[in-house]
Amino acid sequence: MTTSTPSLSELTPTGPRQVQVSDLAGVGGRRRAKNAVMTALMGMSVAVILVVLILVLWTVVSKGWSIVVGMFPDWFTEDIQLSPRRPGPGMKAAIVGTIITTAMASAIAIPLGIAGAVYLNEYGKRGLFARILRFFTSVMAGVPSIVMGLFIYVFWVVPRGIDGLNGFSGALALACLMLPIIVRSTEEMLKLVPQNLRDASFALGATGSRTTLGIVIPNASPGIISGCLLAIARAAGETAPLIFTIGAAKQTNWNVFDGTNTSLSLQIYANAKESFATAQERAWGAALTLIVLAVLFTAAARILSARISKQS
Amino acid sequence: MTLTLSDLRTKKQVGDRVFRYSTLVGGAVILIVLALIAYTISSKSSLIFRTEGLDFFTERRWAPSADKPVFGALSFIYGTAITALIAVLLAVPVSLGLALFTTQVAPKWLKKPLVTLTDTVAVVPSVVFGLWGIIYLAPRLVGFFKNLSGWFDGIPVLSSIFGTVSAGRSFLTAGLILAVMITPIITSLAREVIETCPQTDRDGALALGATRWEMITGAVMPHSVGGIVGAVMLGLGRAMGETIAAALVIGSSPTITANIFSSGDSLPSVIAFQWGEATSDEKRSALIAMGLTLFVLTLIVNFAATAVVTRAMKRMQGAS
Repeated sequence: MTTSTPSLSELTPTGPRQVQVSDLAGVGGRRRAKNAVMTALMGMSVAVILVVLILVLWTVVSKGWSIVVGMFPDWFTEDIQLSPRRPGPGMKAAIVGTIITTAMASAIAIPLGIAGAVYLNEYGKRGLFARILRFFTSVMAGVPSIVMGLFIYVFWVVPRGIDGLNGFSGALALACLMLPIIVRSTEEMLKLVPQNLRDASFALGATGSRTTLGIVIPNASPGIISGCLLAIARAAGETAPLIFTIGAAKQTNWNVFDGTNTSLSLQIYANAKESFATAQERAWGAALTLIVLAVLFTAAARILSARISKQS
Repeated sequence: MTLTLSDLRTKKQVGDRVFRYSTLVGGAVILIVLALIAYTISSKSSLIFRTEGLDFFTERRWAPSADKPVFGALSFIYGTAITALIAVLLAVPVSLGLALFTTQVAPKWLKKPLVTLTDTVAVVPSVVFGLWGIIYLAPRLVGFFKNLSGWFDGIPVLSSIFGTVSAGRSFLTAGLILAVMITPIITSLAREVIETCPQTDRDGALALGATRWEMITGAVMPHSVGGIVGAVMLGLGRAMGETIAAALVIGSSPTITANIFSSGDSLPSVIAFQWGEATSDEKRSALIAMGLTLFVLTLIVNFAATAVVTRAMKRMQGAS
């Protein structure tokens, strides 16, 4: 469209101030003032969200720092204090719980999600079933996470009784949450793969599955990976689906399939409800740990997807 | 490996078909899970609907541990509606401002940082917002709430909305936190919609002598309004279902009042808060029934939102 010729707004970087015709009509001042006021208001909304984000992050870092660093390395190596009233030592059980449940959830949701997206973009296309599926994917993305937790509780935990409370049940609930996010982001990425790559592959005699696995997915992989990582980050921070499914352990449990577990998010939630300063400190520490984990993860994702896109 | 024509028939096609159907399974899981959610949750709620009937939705009292327990969801439904409404009212202007500033005002080098800013807000886990809300924000809001309440004292209607302040945990606090959480959702979708506005439309408006604001109201908004409505509805659905942040700052006492400074409760937060102490079958069933109510409410909002967005996107693709 207008990509080759520079657009008018690019030619006038200072904005419409150079459009002077309005001034001749004698009402330019008021209109210009209104423009300035509205521009300032738009700028203010940026300031509002920036201030809130900085306040939240600064509070978490400043309050969490003293406990995470002050208790180093016990914070990462000791189990959780049984009494909320007494100070510390560690958060290892929650860190381990977050990592293994999120990993398990990813192992379930990522293959299914990518398969679903491949179906939508490579096979279903604009057919009726694909359109229905696309619609319900959006609907499922809007289902509250707490409902996912209740669902897994009723569907998976109740039939197994007390043994049903374990990391795997939590992972199932998180996987339900991740699935629609992965399907949607992966489909967007598959859409961007040029059609003539597929045509070339077919012309060489490759089957549909080889074209998809050998050409389409590798081409879209940086985008697919970052979409999956966003879904993982979202799942790692979720609390509501775990309340019903994972139990309330304070000891480290590396076994996803057996025994109750816990997570950083659950520890933040449980400790935030307490009025003891020691518990609240623990909550800040866990919040800082969770955020740092998320940041590390996102950074790794960025580097990874940048490297892959450089290669291709 | 070289491919020969004979490979195309025979064995390869079997594998191909298997692959094709396994991708179909990946997609079908979504439909199966949604159907299972609806089925399992309604079957577990049936106990409470048998004992309470439809009074469950119209009863305001919630006394699960009384001698004759009463299970009413009305005050929680009210709390969900009022906090989501506050959140949307607060988030929409900020989100629109952000989206418009990013797409129409900001110079090119600033666009990416602004997108990263909104994405970062989306990455912060909801429980962290809840923690910040309950320990940092709520105590600091009491004074501000009292001032606000003082200003509107004696004015009809407004004085009942901005009524007596009891504590920092209230409908308004929950609404504020939810507003922060839905802002990135509304912003990113609104930005996408606004960016599809054809450059020629915008240039045309500027060439006719419009100021930037007039260009936005005259060319950008009419083009984007459908998609923005859908974005706001998605934000509304998210605000209704958001659990942990609201559970921590809403105050957890079921109330129906116009006073936004009063503490209250909402569907998701009562489920999360009282689950641990729910030992009777009836109470569990009542909480699951609230989950069902929430599921149906968000389903309606999301159905409508998805339909609106899909239609708007289709029309915009036709326009550009």
